[in-house]
Amino acid sequence: MSADLSGLTFLDRPNSYIGRSVPRPNARRLLEGRGVYVDDVAVARLGHVAFLRSPHAHARIVALDTADAKAMPGVIAVVTGPELAAVCTPWVGVLGHFKGLRSAPQHALALDRVTWVGEPFCAVVARSRAEAEDALAAIMVEFDPLPAVVDMETALESATPPIHPELGDNLAFERVLDVGDVDAAFRDAAVVVEETFQFGRHTGVCLEPRAILADWAAADGMLTVHHSFQAPHMMQDILCKHLALSEGAVRVICKDVGGSFGIKVHIYPDEMATCALALMLKRPVKFVADRLESFQSDIHARDHRVTARMAFSAEGDILALDMDDLTGIGPYSVYPRTSAVEANQVVNLTGGPYRHQHYRARARVVLQNKAPTCQYRAVGHPIATMVAEGLIDLGAARLGLDPFAVRVRNVIPDDAYPCAGVSGIKLEKLSHQAALAKLRAMMDYDGLREEQALLRQRGIHRGIGLAAFIEITNPSAAFYGVGGARISAQDGCTIRLDPQGGVVAAVSVTEQGQGTEGIIAQIVATATGVPMDQVRVISGDTQTTPYGGGTWASRGAGIGGEAAWQAGKALRGNVLAVAGAILQADPGSLDIRDGAVVDAATGTERMPLSELGRIVYFRPDTLPPGVQPEFVATRHYVPKDYPFAFTNGVQASYVEVDTETGFVRLLKHWCVEDCGTVLNPLLVDEQIRGGIVQGIGGALFEHCLYDAEGQLLNGSMADYLVPMAGEMPDIDVAHVVSATASSEIGAKGAGEAGTAGAPAAVVNAINDALAPLGARVSRQPVTPDVVLEALGLI
Amino acid sequence: MAPESPDRAHAVAFTLNGEAVRAHVPARMHLGDLLRESFGLTGVHLGCEHGVCGACTILVDGRAVRACLMLGVQADGATVETVEGLTESGRIRDLQDAFHTRNALQCGYCTPGMLVTATELLNDADAATSREEIRAAIAGNYCRCTGYHAIVDAIAATAEARRDGPKNSRREAAE
Ligand code: FES
Ligand code: FES
Repeated sequence: MSADLSGLTFLDRPNSYIGRSVPRPNARRLLEGRGVYVDDVAVARLGHVAFLRSPHAHARIVALDTADAKAMPGVIAVVTGPELAAVCTPWVGVLGHFKGLRSAPQHALALDRVTWVGEPFCAVVARSRAEAEDALAAIMVEFDPLPAVVDMETALESATPPIHPELGDNLAFERVLDVGDVDAAFRDAAVVVEETFQFGRHTGVCLEPRAILADWAAADGMLTVHHSFQAPHMMQDILCKHLALSEGAVRVICKDVGGSFGIKVHIYPDEMATCALALMLKRPVKFVADRLESFQSDIHARDHRVTARMAFSAEGDILALDMDDLTGIGPYSVYPRTSAVEANQVVNLTGGPYRHQHYRARARVVLQNKAPTCQYRAVGHPIATMVAEGLIDLGAARLGLDPFAVRVRNVIPDDAYPCAGVSGIKLEKLSHQAALAKLRAMMDYDGLREEQALLRQRGIHRGIGLAAFIEITNPSAAFYGVGGARISAQDGCTIRLDPQGGVVAAVSVTEQGQGTEGIIAQIVATATGVPMDQVRVISGDTQTTPYGGGTWASRGAGIGGEAAWQAGKALRGNVLAVAGAILQADPGSLDIRDGAVVDAATGTERMPLSELGRIVYFRPDTLPPGVQPEFVATRHYVPKDYPFAFTNGVQASYVEVDTETGFVRLLKHWCVEDCGTVLNPLLVDEQIRGGIVQGIGGALFEHCLYDAEGQLLNGSMADYLVPMAGEMPDIDVAHVVSATASSEIGAKGAGEAGTAGAPAAVVNAINDALAPLGARVSRQPVTPDVVLEALGLI
Repeated sequence: MAPESPDRAHAVAFTLNGEAVRAHVPARMHLGDLLRESFGLTGVHLGCEHGVCGACTILVDGRAVRACLMLGVQADGATVETVEGLTESGRIRDLQDAFHTRNALQCGYCTPGMLVTATELLNDADAATSREEIRAAIAGNYCRCTGYHAIVDAIAATAEARRDGPKNSRREAAE
C-alpha cells in the first residue's frame, strides 16, 4: 500500500514552514531603502497633477477662469469638472443589499457645486508638482456659499436643508433590528444601565500618502496604472467602466504600498481624475496626495454617537441590549463599497461575544458637508466593542460584581458552537472562555488588582480595562458581491516550477506590509516541498496574477493562503506524476522534500528537482511516451459554508491617570486572540500590535476637528495627533487556536483584532481608574480635557 | 520685467554617501526632493513634508536631520548620508538584520527614517538604551503599521550586541 500523501495536512508535512516565525523575504529590500512605492516609479514625459480643492463646506461655483493658469510656466493642461466629465462618467455609491441606501451621482471633479472642504473641482497638470501648484494659485474662482450641514444630530431636522435636494432629506440609510422581546427583558431586569458614547471622526494617516500614476499608451491602447492600493482588480474594473475601456486595455500594478488600513480600497475623485487626465493628454500623469490634502480627502471613519442600555439579572446575566446609532458620512456614500457598512457592522457586532437573546438596534446614516467616511480598519468593530464592554462594566459596578467574572459568566460557551449570535450572524467556532482564561493568567489579573488597590491608598489612580470582541474575517461574496459590487470574493494562485527547481507563485491577494507575500511563500514551500528561499511570490498586478479581491477585511491569509495551498498541492501532484514515470515508481510512494523527489517512506533522495526540471524543459524527448508534464498549477478559493469566518479575542489595558493634568499613561496592554491556524506568529503578533496602537490612537488622540461652518481645523500632522513610540506601551500577544473547517489550512484573519478591542480596553481602564473619584468618560478621543471635564476640574 | 522664478537654480557641492557630488538646485526645493529627484535616492521617504513624521530622516554631518525641513541649497559643503549609503557601507548591517529577524517593519515606509534615527542613537556611545530611552529617541518617527514594540526590540537587541561585542573581543584579546 502506498502512503496517500495528497491527504497530508500541513501539520504532517515534513519540513513545514507553517506556524514558524520565518522573517519575510521581501522585507530586506525595504530595509535597504529599495522599496518601489508609486512615487518612486520613473516614467518619461511625466505630468504632475495638482488639484484645486474647495475651501467651503458647501458652495456653488459661480465662475471659474483658468486662462491665466494655462499661461503659467510648465503648465501642460488645466481641466475643469465639466471638461473631465466628457471622459469620466460619474458614480453612485449604493449597493443592492443595503435596502434603501441612497446617495447622489459624484464626479471626479465637481461640476458646479462643492460639498466638503477639500473636494477637488479643477486640475492642473504641469511638468513639476511645484509648477502645477503655482498655476493653481492663478485660477480665478468665485463661490456662492450655501448652508452647510455640519452637525449630524441636526442633519435630519426638517429645518436642515438636504445636501442633495433630489433626495428630499439627509438620511442615507437606516437599519432596524429587533430580536426577542427587548421591552419585556428590560421590564424584568434587576439592573438597567445606560450610556451615550461618542466616537470622534478620525482617519487613516497611512505614512505613504495616496498615490497614483496613470500612463496611457495610445498606440498600444493600454492604460497602465501604478497605484498605492489594496484591490488592483477592483480598480481595473472601475476604470474600465468609467473610462469606457475594456479589461484588456487596463493594467493596475500595486507594488510596494506604504500602509493602507482600508484607506486605499476606495474610489477617490482625484485618483479617477488622474487616470482620465492621462487619457485626455495621452501621456503619463502622477498624483501624490500631500499630507495636507490627505487629511481633507482621504476617507474618514467612525463619527458615531451611540445611545445604548443593557439589562442585567441580579446574578449578573446580560438579558438584553438596546441601542441607537447615529453616524455622519459626509456628502456622498463612497463608491463602490458604500458608507453604510460601518453602521451596519455596528448592528451586526454589538454584544456579539455574549449569550443574551433580546437585542434591538437602530442605525441611521446621515449626510453632512464633511469629508466622506468609509471603511477603515476594523470597520464598526471598535464602536460595537466599546458599547457592549462599556455597558458591562457599568452593570458589573452596579451589581457589585467583578467585571472579569461578569464576562466569563456571559460569553457564549466554547462548546456551544456552531451557533448563531443574537444579531443572526453565523458563528462556526469561537473560544471566548479559553481566551479569557489565558488572558487572566497572562496579565496576572488578581495580582494587578492587588497592586491597584495598594496604589490607590497612595493616591495613584490606576485602572484595568477589559474588552472581549468578535471580528469579521474571510468575507465571502455576502460582503459586497451580492449587492451588485464587482468586487471579487474569490482569489487565486498560480505556481510554476522552473528548471532549477525553484517556483514562482503569482497570487491575487496583495501586500501592504502585513506579510502576505511571506505567508504565501511559507505555504507554497510547505505544499510543494521546495525550500522557501527558492520561492518567489508575485502579487499586485492585474496582468500577471490570477483574478481576485486583493486585501481587505482580513482575507489575505485565509482566502489567498488556501488558494496557494491548493495550488501547491496540485503542482506537487503534477511533479510527482512525472517523477514517478521517469523513476518507474508509484507517484504515491514519492514525495518532494527540500527540493528533491524522495522516497516517501524512507526519505531517501531519488532525484533533485533541478534534474527533473532539466529533463522536462530541455530534454522532453527523453521522457517516457505519453508523459506530458504540466509544471504550472492554478487553484482558486472562496469560503462557501459561512458568509464570514468570525474570530474572537479579548484585550486588557492597564493605565494610570494623572488626575491633576488629565493625562493617561499606558502602562501595559495584553491581547489574546483566535485567528485559527497561526501561519507565522512573528507576523500575526506584529499585525495585532500595530492594530492595537491604531485603536489606541482613536481612543486617546486622533480626531478630525471641524468648526460650525464645516472647516477642518487640524489638517496637518502638527495638529492631528497620532500615536508615537514614546506614549505607547509594550504589548503582550497570545493565541488560542480554533481553526476554521472551511479550508484545509484553517486560517482566519487577524487584521482587525487589535483595532477592534483596544479603544474599549483603554477607555474601560480609564473609567476604572476614575471610578473612586465618581468620574466617568464616554467620549473618544479621551484627551486630557475630557478627563478633566469628567473630574469637574474644567 | 518678469519676477524671478522660484525655480531659479543654485549650484551646490556636497558629499553624498561618500561621493563628491554637484547639483543645481531650485531655491525652493527641499533636500528630500533634491535627493529623490536629482540623485534617485528613493529611500528618502516623504510622509508629511512638514517636519513631523520623520520618514525623511537622513544624516547630515553625522546628525539626524529631517530632509524635508532643510533646503537643498543648505546642503552645500555638508556630508549627507541616506539609508542607501549606510546600507552600502555595511555600518548598519547588524541593525538591519535585527529589524528583519524581529519583523520590526511592515510596509517599510517609516523604516529608512527609523534606521537613521536609531543609527544616531547607537552611534552615541554614552546613550542609555533602556526600552523607555529607545522609545524617547524614536518618538519623532511615526509608524502606522507596527505598534513600535518590535522596533524597540530590534534597536535594544542591536545596542546590547554592540555593547557586548567589543567587550567580549577585548576580553578575548586580554586573555
Ligand atoms: S517628511 Fe520630513 S518629517 Fe515628514
Ligand atoms: S512599517 Fe509602515 S509605517 Fe512603519
